[in-house]
Amino acid sequence: MELFLHQFLAGLATGGIYALMALAIVMIYQAIDSLNFAQGEMAMFSTFIAWQLLQWQFPFWAAFFLTIAIAFVGGFVIERVVFKPIRHAHQLAHIVVFIALFAIINSMAGFLWDFSIKNFPSPFGSHALFGQRLISAHDAGMIGVTLLILALLYGFFRYTRVGLSMRAAAANPESARLVGVRVGRMVALGWGMAAAIGSVAGMMIAPVVFLEPNMMTSILLYGFAGAVVGGLTSPGGAVIGGFAVGVIENLAGTFVPYVGRELKLSIALVLIVAVLTVKPSGLLGERTVHRV
Amino acid sequence: MNTRPLWIRIVAAIGAVIVMVLPRRRLAALILVIAVASILPFTVKNFILFQMTLVIVYTVAILGLNILTGINGQFSLGHSAFYAVGAYTAAILMEHGGVAYYWTLPAAGMVCFVSGFLFGLPALRLEGVYLALATFALATATPQILKSSPLEPWTGGVQGIILNKPDAPLGLPLNPDQWLYFFTLAVALLMFIGAYNLVNSRSGRAMMAIRDNPIAARSMGIPVELYKSLTFGLSALFTGVAGALGALAIQFVAPDSFTFLLSVALFVGLVVGGVGSIAGTFFGGLFILFVPNIAEHISKGLAGAVFGIILILVIYLIPSGLGGTIRLFLYRLLQGTR
Repeated sequence: MELFLHQFLAGLATGGIYALMALAIVMIYQAIDSLNFAQGEMAMFSTFIAWQLLQWQFPFWAAFFLTIAIAFVGGFVIERVVFKPIRHAHQLAHIVVFIALFAIINSMAGFLWDFSIKNFPSPFGSHALFGQRLISAHDAGMIGVTLLILALLYGFFRYTRVGLSMRAAAANPESARLVGVRVGRMVALGWGMAAAIGSVAGMMIAPVVFLEPNMMTSILLYGFAGAVVGGLTSPGGAVIGGFAVGVIENLAGTFVPYVGRELKLSIALVLIVAVLTVKPSGLLGERTVHRV
Repeated sequence: MNTRPLWIRIVAAIGAVIVMVLPRRRLAALILVIAVASILPFTVKNFILFQMTLVIVYTVAILGLNILTGINGQFSLGHSAFYAVGAYTAAILMEHGGVAYYWTLPAAGMVCFVSGFLFGLPALRLEGVYLALATFALATATPQILKSSPLEPWTGGVQGIILNKPDAPLGLPLNPDQWLYFFTLAVALLMFIGAYNLVNSRSGRAMMAIRDNPIAARSMGIPVELYKSLTFGLSALFTGVAGALGALAIQFVAPDSFTFLLSVALFVGLVVGGVGSIAGTFFGGLFILFVPNIAEHISKGLAGAVFGIILILVIYLIPSGLGGTIRLFLYRLLQGTR
């Protein structure tokens, strides 16, 4: 029982990582109706910027918020420069451009900061919480940050004018444009926010997995799995999904033979395929209905 | 009157002659391709020949993806998995079953057809990004599954399996590289003819109808689910045969050759070659083999960035892919000669 509890809490801790990533994925899905395969690399690059700022003796929180701002501007600019010209192109073209971005960002990070593994400090410290070895202070802090971001997003989308405009632009671009919403700008704003959330995810994840250009690849897959489990249209669902994926991964790894060390990524595969087959809208997502 | 440069006029004249002399243009083009492809092995070094063999292998793999995406309108970022299944089927049959190399191709094709069909069944309900996502997960999980200990006695785990290069049969005066090239070329031609006939058949038209309008296709009496699964299986079959050919050419299979990056390469080849253009797949094969090398020549440290920028330029400048662009160019050229 203690083993179960321990694994459950450890799962919640890693689930926090996936939840943050899933949140960023859902944000961008809301804005552009497509999945950003370069999301993980964008987060990684932001984390490197934070690392560089820390090397330049910035205090942690100053570097933290500066990085968020830089990531926001970066996401906004990427949308304006790269994606605006091909907005009406086929979805295949979009996926290819995501792949191109992936290659560019990954290669740039390796070029600027090389491929050696770097330590990234945790703002919460790594000591055990409550004198127990169940969950560390960083894990608890990460879960707290995830929930805080979720609450902020909820408020933003429900109570602010910009948030409502963004939802309108995503739900029905033509009508939104008719009532005066700058749809193109809203899409770019969605990119900026997704990049900013991704940068927070990166900075929270980096103390756990260490910082290097390829740190995000498998985390992105779990983030996708979390987003699918929770529903691609629901930020709250994405967070719950992310935690669920973390817990399932840890419990399956402990209690199902073979799966543990060797087939961890397959758990994400099975989860994605199973959820999409049984309930494609996810736990909290809305069903998309097309008019014929 | 005609102000075009000389070389264009010469090319146009040759084109016009081909058109006039041989009314069956496609057959003429096919003969031309076979002629060029047959001279090649005797004029270039073995390493370049090896690269050309790989280009043909990738071309067949992209052809499989093109049947799925170009003809049937389904996504896949997971074709590295089927490529891997094909390669491993061939390698395991040769290593543990002592099967001759040419018999491994139909086996690889059948195994991939069945696994593609089975994966296609749940994937049926998915569209667009959802399907991209499920197949992305498949591609990412594949190397781990291949490495896992229950499969290790057959797959050789991380070490993989080393294969021997087949010699030319019947005492033909060809070295193994040349023989393998011709063997691969012959198989590829068969696959291409098969794909061409498939696309122009009743079944092919049904697949395209599903791509263009699934609801209309259903009301015309096309069993949409069955066709989508079958297309997934067929697509996997092509890619699996390519995987088996690739295993023969490289003489080695290992889990880390079949990562998500291979899927990405095939997908990039598909879009660069031209979605739905069967001849364009060859340009896709050329692109994914040579452009990463070119990018590395331009800048070693930033090879990925150069590759990405080339990719974005291709999407911006020739959205219909190289196949579509060349077709357009030839069409204009022929118009100009009238």
